[in-house]
Amino acid sequence: MTVAAMLCVPAFAFSVPDKPAGYVNDYAGLLSNGARSRLEEMLANFERKTSNQIVVATFPSLEGGSLEDFSIRLAERWKIGSAKNDNGVILLIFRDDRQVRIEVGYGLEGVLPDVTASRIIRNEIVPAFRAGDMDGGIEKAVLAIMAATKGEYQPEEPIDKIKPYAPYLFLLLVVFMYFLIHRISHFPGSGGGRGGGWGGGRWRGGSSGGSGWKFGGGGGGGFGGGGSSGKW
Amino acid sequence: MKKTWIALLSILAVVLVLVMSFAGFYNTLVKMDEGVTQAWAQVENVYQRRLDLIPNLVETVKGYAAHEQSTFIEVTEARGKAAGAATPDAVNSPQKFAEFEASQAALSSALGRLLVVVERYPDLKANENFLSLQAQLEGTENRITVERGRYNEAARALNTALRQFPGNIIGALFGFRSKTYFQSQTGAQNAPQVRF
Repeated sequence: MTVAAMLCVPAFAFSVPDKPAGYVNDYAGLLSNGARSRLEEMLANFERKTSNQIVVATFPSLEGGSLEDFSIRLAERWKIGSAKNDNGVILLIFRDDRQVRIEVGYGLEGVLPDVTASRIIRNEIVPAFRAGDMDGGIEKAVLAIMAATKGEYQPEEPIDKIKPYAPYLFLLLVVFMYFLIHRISHFPGSGGGRGGGWGGGRWRGGSSGGSGWKFGGGGGGGFGGGGSSGKW
Repeated sequence: MKKTWIALLSILAVVLVLVMSFAGFYNTLVKMDEGVTQAWAQVENVYQRRLDLIPNLVETVKGYAAHEQSTFIEVTEARGKAAGAATPDAVNSPQKFAEFEASQAALSSALGRLLVVVERYPDLKANENFLSLQAQLEGTENRITVERGRYNEAARALNTALRQFPGNIIGALFGFRSKTYFQSQTGAQNAPQVRF
């Protein structure tokens, strides 16, 4: 039992977890269950609407390592954000060291400059954390990051697999209908061809449902050390 | 007669394979060299970013600490020297590289002293403008660390390839030069302690 428990505790001494499990990676157990699922949903919706990927990661301790060094290595490994836009942000929190960092991807450095990241840490995170409100601090920070970064990029149109062929398919249908009607109208007794009513069919592929968005891992986003660090 | 033809053809085939693989390796070296150049451009970029921040920083500190004149002059002079040492040739010239690194290190320590001065002015430390400059300076120092690290990685990849076979032959043949590394901050105690 104890051995199993020990094996389950991830060791982070100078190593970086391979990949994020979701938008919220609460390895330090700072968040309440309610806040965790709220954040997870909020961030999933945000990525669906804006294509920006924001990930929260909390760790028990830096174990003597440097915050910035850990942060950039995490960013290089997780590759949050898309390869095209580099639009990822990681909010890192180290419980025992009382240190926090917002790591900003290349593509969002314009809308979320170091100054803004620093302000979010100073005005949203530090006061809440000092008051012991981890849920509130993290949620407010995430909201502030979302407010700063929304509108910078647009999600790509889901690629419609049938749409490009729609005119040909329509033509095929018309030809098919023509022969069908031709045959029917040659049956004795049956009335004239009723050709109307076959207007342009809808060829859109199934539109993706609103709530079905799931975390798909990092998309290859690049980071260059932008962002800000703080202590509480 | 037939035998000599077969021998000739097989020699030709061997030569062809050798040439092809050498050409492939040459291209790899070119790519690596280009990678180092790119990484260097990034290094210069982030150092330039720091240079751009300094006049504003000095002005802001001046507003609160007017009589710390010698510190301001020191920073401004170090900035001027660092600006003069920036050059894309530095990747291929160990001497220019050393000059660049030394001038930037001198600027780092001058900045460090400026930030020590700041410690004595609580009003300044609470000033919103200063806080914003401080955040930018911290971010820039961090970017510098990141880009130096990436440059060193790119340089190490090329240098290793140039010392191994067949890189050593192709490198010597086509004049590829190994690159200088950034030393881990000599005199790190003089580096700006930007976290208060």
